[in-house]
Amino acid sequence: MTGAVTVFVPRDAAARSVGADEVADAIALEAAARGKQVHLVRNGSRGMCWLEPLVEVSTPHGRVAYGPVEAHGVGELMDAGMLDGAPNSLWLGQTDEIEHLKRQTRFSFSRVGIIDPLSAEDYETNGGLAGLRRALEMTPQQIVSEVTKSGLRGRGGAGFPTGVKWQTVLDTPSELKFIACNADEGDSGTFADRMLIEGDPFVLVEGMVIAALAVGASEGYVYIRSEYPDAIATMQAAIDIAYLNGWIGPTVLGSSRAFDLYLRVGAGAYICGEETAMLESLEGRRGVIRAKPPLPAIAGLFGRPTVVNNVLSLAAVPPVLAEGADAYSQLGVGRSRGTQVFQLAGNIKHGGVYEVAFGLSLGELVEGIGGGTASGRPVRAVQVGGPLGAYIPTSHFDLPLDYEAFALVGAMVGHGGIVVFDDTVDMSRQARFAMEFCAEESCGKCTPCRLGSVRGVEVIDRIVAGIDREDNMSLLEDLCETMADASLCAMGGLTPSPVRSALEHFPEDFNKFRAPSL
Amino acid sequence: MVSKTSGSYVPWSKERTIEVVDKHRCERGPLMPILHELQEMFGYIDPDAVDLLASELNLSKADVHGVVTFYKDFRSDSAGDSVIRLCRGEACQSMGAEELARHALEHLGIGFGATTPDGAVTLEQVFCLGNCALSPAVMVEGRLKGRVDESRFDEIVNELKARAR
Repeated sequence: MTGAVTVFVPRDAAARSVGADEVADAIALEAAARGKQVHLVRNGSRGMCWLEPLVEVSTPHGRVAYGPVEAHGVGELMDAGMLDGAPNSLWLGQTDEIEHLKRQTRFSFSRVGIIDPLSAEDYETNGGLAGLRRALEMTPQQIVSEVTKSGLRGRGGAGFPTGVKWQTVLDTPSELKFIACNADEGDSGTFADRMLIEGDPFVLVEGMVIAALAVGASEGYVYIRSEYPDAIATMQAAIDIAYLNGWIGPTVLGSSRAFDLYLRVGAGAYICGEETAMLESLEGRRGVIRAKPPLPAIAGLFGRPTVVNNVLSLAAVPPVLAEGADAYSQLGVGRSRGTQVFQLAGNIKHGGVYEVAFGLSLGELVEGIGGGTASGRPVRAVQVGGPLGAYIPTSHFDLPLDYEAFALVGAMVGHGGIVVFDDTVDMSRQARFAMEFCAEESCGKCTPCRLGSVRGVEVIDRIVAGIDREDNMSLLEDLCETMADASLCAMGGLTPSPVRSALEHFPEDFNKFRAPSL
Repeated sequence: MVSKTSGSYVPWSKERTIEVVDKHRCERGPLMPILHELQEMFGYIDPDAVDLLASELNLSKADVHGVVTFYKDFRSDSAGDSVIRLCRGEACQSMGAEELARHALEHLGIGFGATTPDGAVTLEQVFCLGNCALSPAVMVEGRLKGRVDESRFDEIVNELKARAR
C-alpha cells in the first residue's frame, strides 16, 4: 500500500444513515478513475453528527476533515485536491484542531473516530489493554479499590458508585459470578453506548474483563437492543477477534484467569433497560422487573452475584486502571467525578456526542456548544435524561451539569441525553406522551405504572379539553404522587417527572381550550 | 431483528426448529437467542413452535407464549416484503416525527403494525433508533436513515414498492 492515501469514512450507523456507505463507494470509484491509490478505513464517528458523513484524509500534517460529504460531490472534491488535504468548501482543517473536538475531554471516547474499531493492532497501539495488563498484576480488592477511588458512578442513569457495586459482588461468595453489560440504550436522545460500541468495541470487552478479574466472575453477557443492528454486528465481531487474540477465553492474556463473553440481543422492550428486567430477559423470560432487594450484586443473573453496569461505566474502567484513579477523579465537580458523555439531540444545530468533565452549565452545552436549535427558532424546553427525565425551561440554563445539582431541582442527568425543543413545541402533548409511552412500555408488574399511565393519558386529555380542569389537575397530581412513590422501578416512578415539570414550567400549554363559561 | 425480504424466508418446519434448538440448547437461558433465530429463518414465530419449544426446553407453554408475546420483535405472522420502522421518540418528535408519522399513515393508507394490501410494506412504530442528532429517523429493512422528511419517506416507499413489483 505504499503511496496509497489513507481515507477515513465512518462506519457508524448515524453516518451511514446519511450516506457514508455511498460516499465510501464513491471515493473508491473516483480514486480508481484518477489512477490514485486509496486505503479506505471505516472508522467510528467523531461524534459531530451534523458534519456526517465526515471524511478524513491522512496527510503529513495530520488528518484533515471534510464534511458533510455527499457521494455525488466526491469527484469534484478529488479534483479540488481532497486526497492532498487541500481546502475547499467542505474543508474543516485538521481534525484535531476542530474547536468542537478540542474543547472536549475525551476519556471514554478517546479512540472513537480515530481507530479502525475492529483492528486489534490499532486498539493496542492506541493505549488499549494497558488497563487490563495492570489489573492482571493486582489483587481483586486492589482493582475494586482503584475503581472506588476514581469516584466513577454508573453511567446508566442512576449514578450509583461503580466501586461500591463491585465491592458487594466481590464480598458475596459464589463459585459462579457474572458481569452483565447493559447496552439496552432505549432512552430517546441517547446514543453514546451505540457510538462507543460501533467505534471502539474492544474497550468494552476490556472493561468487562477487568470487572470480572475484580469480582471473581468467569462469564459476561452484553445485552444490546435489537434496534441497533450495526452495534450488534460490530460487538459480535469484536468478541470473536478478542477470543482469537487470547484477550478473553480460557487464559486471559496468557494468565491463569478465564473469562467467556457472550452477546445477547433484546427484542423491542424498553423496560429491559431496567437492570432486573434485563436479567430476566437474559434468562429467557419476559422482561418483567424484579422487586429489590435482593440486589443483583447479591442475587442477579440466574440467582448469582452479578455486576450490572452500563456500557459507558465499563468503558471508563480501562482508562481508570491504565492512568490511575487520580487522573479520573481530578476531573469533575462535587461528587460527580470524571467526564460525562453528553448527547446533544433533537432540534439542535450541532448535535452529537460531547464528552466533557461534569460541571458545565446546561445553557453552555445547548446554546454554546450545540449552537441552539436546528430550526433556528428559540429554544423553549430541553428534556435531560431520556423519556423519564424532566423538561427544563431556558430560565434554568445556568444549572450545572452534575448529578446533585440536577437532583435538587427534581431533574436528572441520567445517561446524559439532552433533547432540545424549539418554541413550536406543545408541552401538554409532551406530558401526554410521557404517560402514553409508559402505558406502552410498562412491564405490567405493578399497578401504579400499569394503570396509572393509562389513567394519566385520560386525565391529561380532559385537562387539555377543559373538562373539570381544577378537579382533573388535582387528580393528575395525586396520580403522579402515587406513581412516583409506589411504583416498583424507575419506569413508573419517574414518568411523573416529565409530566410534573411540563405542568410546572409551561402551565399555559395546558390551558389553551377553556371550558365554555356558564 | 434485522428485517429481510420475505423471499429469503423458509417455510416453518419442525425439523429446522429442532436444529435451531439443538444449536442453543447448552447456552444459559437459550429461549431468546432461539426465538431470534427462528424469526430470522421463518419470518415469524409459528404457534406450533411454541408447543415444540416448551417441550424441548422443559418450559411451560405459558412461559414460551409469554415471551413470544411480550417482546414486540417477535411476530406471530409474516410481515410484508419490507419493514419500515418509524421513530416516534422525543428527539424525533422535536424534529417533526409526529407530522411524518401522520404523513406515513396517510401515504400508505394503513395503521402502525399493518401491511399494505399489496404486501410490499409493513409500517411499525419504534421509540428510538439511536439516531437522535439526525432526526427524524426511520429504519428500512434493518438500515438506519436519518433526516427523513416527507419527500424522502415517499422516495423510500416508492423504491420498495417498485422492487416488490
